[in-house]
Amino acid sequence: MNDIDNPGRRKFIVAGVTTSGGLVFGLPAVVLAADHQTGDRHLGFFIEINHDNTVTIGNNQPEIGQGVSTVLPMMIAEELDVQWSQVNVEQMPLGIVRTADGFTWKYGGQGVGGSTGTRGNWTFMREVGATARAQLLAAAAQLWQLEASECRTEGGYVYGPNKDQRVSYADLIKVAAKITLPDEKPILKNPDNFKLLGRPQNHQGVKDIVTGAAKFGIDTEVEGMKVAMIQRSPYLDGRVKSYDDSEALKIPGVLKTLEITGPEPGEPYQILASGVAVIADNTWAAMKGRKALKIEWDKGPFQQESTPSLHAHMEALLKKPGQTVRNDGDFNGAFKGAAKQLSRRYEIPYVSHAPLEPQNCFAHVQDQKAHIIVPTQMPSGASRAAHAVTGLDRLAIQVDMTRVGGGFGRRLTNDYVAEACMVSKATGWPIKLLWSREDDMQHDFYRPCGIHEMNAGLDEKGAVVAWQHRLASASKYYRRPNMPESDYANSELYSDDYPANIVSNYHVEYHSAKSGMPRGSWRAPAHTANGFVIQSFIDELAHESGQNPLAFQLQLLGEPRDIPYSNHGGPVFNPGRLATLLKWVAGKIDFDKKRPQGRGVGIATHFTFGGYAAHAIEVSVSAAGELTIHRVVGAIDCGFAVNPRGVEAQMQGGTIDALSTALNLEITVDQGQVQQSNFHDYPLLRQAQMPEQLEVHIINHGQEPAGVGEMPLPPVAPALTNAIFAACGVRLRKLPIADQLKEALNA
Amino acid sequence: MITFTVNNKKVDFNGDPDTPLLWVLRDDVKLTGTKFGCGIGQCGACSVHLNGQVVRSCTVAVAAVADQQLTTIEGLASKGRLTPVQQAWITHDVPQCGYCQAGQIMAATDLLNNNPNPTDADIRTAMTNLCRCGTYVRVKKAILHAAELMRQEVKS
Repeated sequence: MNDIDNPGRRKFIVAGVTTSGGLVFGLPAVVLAADHQTGDRHLGFFIEINHDNTVTIGNNQPEIGQGVSTVLPMMIAEELDVQWSQVNVEQMPLGIVRTADGFTWKYGGQGVGGSTGTRGNWTFMREVGATARAQLLAAAAQLWQLEASECRTEGGYVYGPNKDQRVSYADLIKVAAKITLPDEKPILKNPDNFKLLGRPQNHQGVKDIVTGAAKFGIDTEVEGMKVAMIQRSPYLDGRVKSYDDSEALKIPGVLKTLEITGPEPGEPYQILASGVAVIADNTWAAMKGRKALKIEWDKGPFQQESTPSLHAHMEALLKKPGQTVRNDGDFNGAFKGAAKQLSRRYEIPYVSHAPLEPQNCFAHVQDQKAHIIVPTQMPSGASRAAHAVTGLDRLAIQVDMTRVGGGFGRRLTNDYVAEACMVSKATGWPIKLLWSREDDMQHDFYRPCGIHEMNAGLDEKGAVVAWQHRLASASKYYRRPNMPESDYANSELYSDDYPANIVSNYHVEYHSAKSGMPRGSWRAPAHTANGFVIQSFIDELAHESGQNPLAFQLQLLGEPRDIPYSNHGGPVFNPGRLATLLKWVAGKIDFDKKRPQGRGVGIATHFTFGGYAAHAIEVSVSAAGELTIHRVVGAIDCGFAVNPRGVEAQMQGGTIDALSTALNLEITVDQGQVQQSNFHDYPLLRQAQMPEQLEVHIINHGQEPAGVGEMPLPPVAPALTNAIFAACGVRLRKLPIADQLKEALNA
Repeated sequence: MITFTVNNKKVDFNGDPDTPLLWVLRDDVKLTGTKFGCGIGQCGACSVHLNGQVVRSCTVAVAAVADQQLTTIEGLASKGRLTPVQQAWITHDVPQCGYCQAGQIMAATDLLNNNPNPTDADIRTAMTNLCRCGTYVRVKKAILHAAELMRQEVKS
């Protein structure tokens, strides 16, 4: 989306002098005049060269902890040829401009999801840096009356052929600003000459974080600002029947209450739930005021929904044939004729995102304009939400982004922006809307639950000849405008996922389950479910046919080759890269070593959104069912690791996220209400539950980066349950693991 | 009126004495480095030092800190000099989203104040703060490194 190969884009990279005299490079041209005539030093441009030869680089993407505010500026700094120590990074706001038929990006596409931040900006950011460098070279050449090709750059200086010809970028500002950029593409560095990319760098904001100076959304403070909290319906799609705010209004600091009307059940939404907002002078008054509300709820259409009822519903769906998602060859014939057949079912629960920073948004809606300051993964969604609520022209809505205290997919949806705008619009006040932890856990867009039925046939030699994946789940594609239910399968089953295109008799079907639970994208969405199911089932097939699970899977993966992959992360999938990682982790953990009874190793691998990962896990299970995770070895192939320290962080953190979720996390529903509310009953993993050893390895492949935020997760849960099976013979097919081992071994 | 000291500065608070210390620090004293994560003392994002001991400020009423001494993340570094724990956090590039890290650092500082040579088991027991990003590997490395830095400081 940020590719600037398209011919019209060249002229959008422009240079100019700021009101303070610095040189800026950015895009597009139409913005330049406006930004600088107002003297507004909003960093609308990617590069600003300052008088002291430091360089400010704008980060156009939301920083949610994935490290994008480091890795993208690194790309610019590399091509600009400045030292990393010269660079300061600033967060850019959302930028949109009007076109004939809508809006387009002012600073390139903005938004983080699907592990696209690095991959999607790889060419774009380097071209921004290289264009600026070309401009500075041209300026120096003009100064010295040379050809640009006679000059070179290094560390923020241009050098000419003579020893005394050395000029800082800062000293070239005035000349460079008057040079018209060439129309051709800048020449990018040969990766062999990278000085910064591929070398580990610390997160650019780390000092601010350790001193408490970093500002998150929740830290927003604006003159005259009030705090709002909303008591939302505890019932899925419930409504406010009536409410009494007399006690709430007696609390000092409470200013006002306001009824918030949610969407019609089943309809597309701007906000999730109906409720009552309390607006107060400070957070504690808002909390107390909210607690003092007396609300009578209309319990809505899902008041009978419970986790067991949903389970029964999905089981019933699986009794009938479903919607065919993919059908290669003749599954039924091959399955019937197979030497060995295996059928298994696996269960995936709803889970919550639970980012540590609860949802919040600052909004000030005025007659002609609005200002939004928000931690979000999708600032354009924030702009659209604000527009939908206020009716204001989107160009009159300023959206500023803060550091984000965790994304995980939750902040792809800007429902909390719409809520903040509703309250600000109704009151006229600048509002900071804050959610409590309970609000966040009970009003999330949960990762879909589902029951997966797997059927496979092996031939006499033990090779897979028939493969079927049947899924009943509550799709995350629901309540979307103009989307037919026949499309709901597409978010839950990626039709080209391994072992599609490898097993020739291959059938995938989907059953769309009805649930009132809101659903959304949770880090590595359907891959977390399907990775668990497919990698568990492959392990089962190996054990059931008396084969070594490593050898069995290597056989299935086959030789390195590109297979077309039409889902997100394509256009190709190379099973050989999974095989390489699987062998790597198996070797590191000594997979084939004999272990005593009660101790075992499991392996798993998965291709996620263009990146490859594998894990090997060694566990012990005591006779009473106590689980000890001795060692976790992870390996990731994200193509070229642009910032290895950041990749390592994501691999460590993603592995831990996946362990945490597999071990203990589940959202359940009873009588149309979410049952979990805070970290006491949604127990994220803590330091005390960490594996004894956790190591991650980065295996570079080629010169193009893939993403890294989601790839670490899918192999972890199956590697863990495969290890548990190897240790004690108990096969866990349902997540989370919770007390299942104790129950199985003490039965 | 409730009077107490935060980072060596006197604070007078006139509001509701039941107000959790967390919200007084954030809303009134304007020290926003201390974070709200759960409100029930589960996550530790709001950890501060009360008379040198780590507490979770979301579960301490402001009335309970009258005449007491508080330190927040903003008060750890003196005259711009980072503490060994902060230095180690940078060396090991611990934070991801960073939201829990003030609390982690306050907890780690408390651990090292009480136990200059923590073992792996000591760290597991003492560091109960949640990190949603899963920075635990680096948190542990940084604590062991900070302990080393503190030993060097004592020697020099």
